[in-house]
Amino acid sequence: MPTPAQALRHEYLRHNKKFPHVWCPGCGNGIVMGALLRAIHRLEITKDEVVLASGIGCSGRMPTYLDFNTLHTTHGRALTFATGVKLANPALNVVAIMGDGDATAIGGNHFIHAARRNLNLTAIIINNSIYGMTGGQYSPTTPFGSKTTTSVYGHIEHAFSIAELAVTAGASFVARSTVYHADLIDRLIEQAMQKRGFAVVEVISNCHVQYGRRNHLGGAVEMLKRFKDQAVTVSRAKKLSPEELEGKTTIGVLVDRELPVSTEEYKKVRRRAHESGDKV
Amino acid sequence: MGKATKQSESVDNINEKGASGRKKFFDVSFYHDWCKACGICMAFCPQKIIGADSRGRPVIEDGDRCVGCRFCEIHCPDFAITVSDRKPKRRINDV
Repeated sequence: MPTPAQALRHEYLRHNKKFPHVWCPGCGNGIVMGALLRAIHRLEITKDEVVLASGIGCSGRMPTYLDFNTLHTTHGRALTFATGVKLANPALNVVAIMGDGDATAIGGNHFIHAARRNLNLTAIIINNSIYGMTGGQYSPTTPFGSKTTTSVYGHIEHAFSIAELAVTAGASFVARSTVYHADLIDRLIEQAMQKRGFAVVEVISNCHVQYGRRNHLGGAVEMLKRFKDQAVTVSRAKKLSPEELEGKTTIGVLVDRELPVSTEEYKKVRRRAHESGDKV
Repeated sequence: MGKATKQSESVDNINEKGASGRKKFFDVSFYHDWCKACGICMAFCPQKIIGADSRGRPVIEDGDRCVGCRFCEIHCPDFAITVSDRKPKRRINDV
């Protein structure tokens, strides 16, 4: 008799041909993948109703390992492919899985405009502060002053906050977690997939091989401990002063609001055009 | 934070004991073919019962002390850990 965790792996993973996966020992991508499985399992959606789209990068490997309808697309274009799938068949649950470079650098425009359009999609962004797969170049979320292969003497640019960017761009649901808080990730993904409108879940992850090693942050265990120490919940962050929040990561649901969803508005427009009787 | 209270609750549960009045036992098993010896399970185990063998791979040192919090199971990036309720042994050579 398999345990619930074993049953989950047998049901959702392409375990007979793709494992062990390519990610480095201790990589947070595996933890996010487990959380995604638990969230989908709890929502009781069948495998045929879920579409996963991903771009290029370490995070882009994730749909390869999962037995849903999967799309491994070009760099930064996970959301564009997801938009197409959603418009073609609005009944599907479409999840775009992106890395930080994928979502905010190469696909930066797609990301903000997907949030502005407010399509009924879920975007999971794994933020490890670096381009890990290509050899550790700095990404838009690399913190100021940190060392990477392309900023050997310290990074001179300032980092994006992906979650705050999504809030400003107009997403319906924005949440943030870290890989240490794995049970929070699956609760947030569950809420995001139930949400009508564009839902963003940013997960702060560890790249100890490319980022942690060059910045003397230690291995996977030390980086996870740092996430634990730095994390502050949204409710607690409200009570703290900006000085106390310096260097902290706010986790939890940042924004949850009801906005018109473009897939539904599109249906209404079609109806209005049809009823007007204009010959176009 | 919810995490901390959750963990302390599960630790309290050992003293409370199950409905049968006995301490609940768990079995932790590792699928070493998928394990990459990252060390997350050993470092974060609240009972510190996971040790390393000569290749750095996890082994259970004192399985009776496991409280079944499943931190290792949900934080294993390689899906290599299974925590299950301990079943009574029926045969002498049951593992």
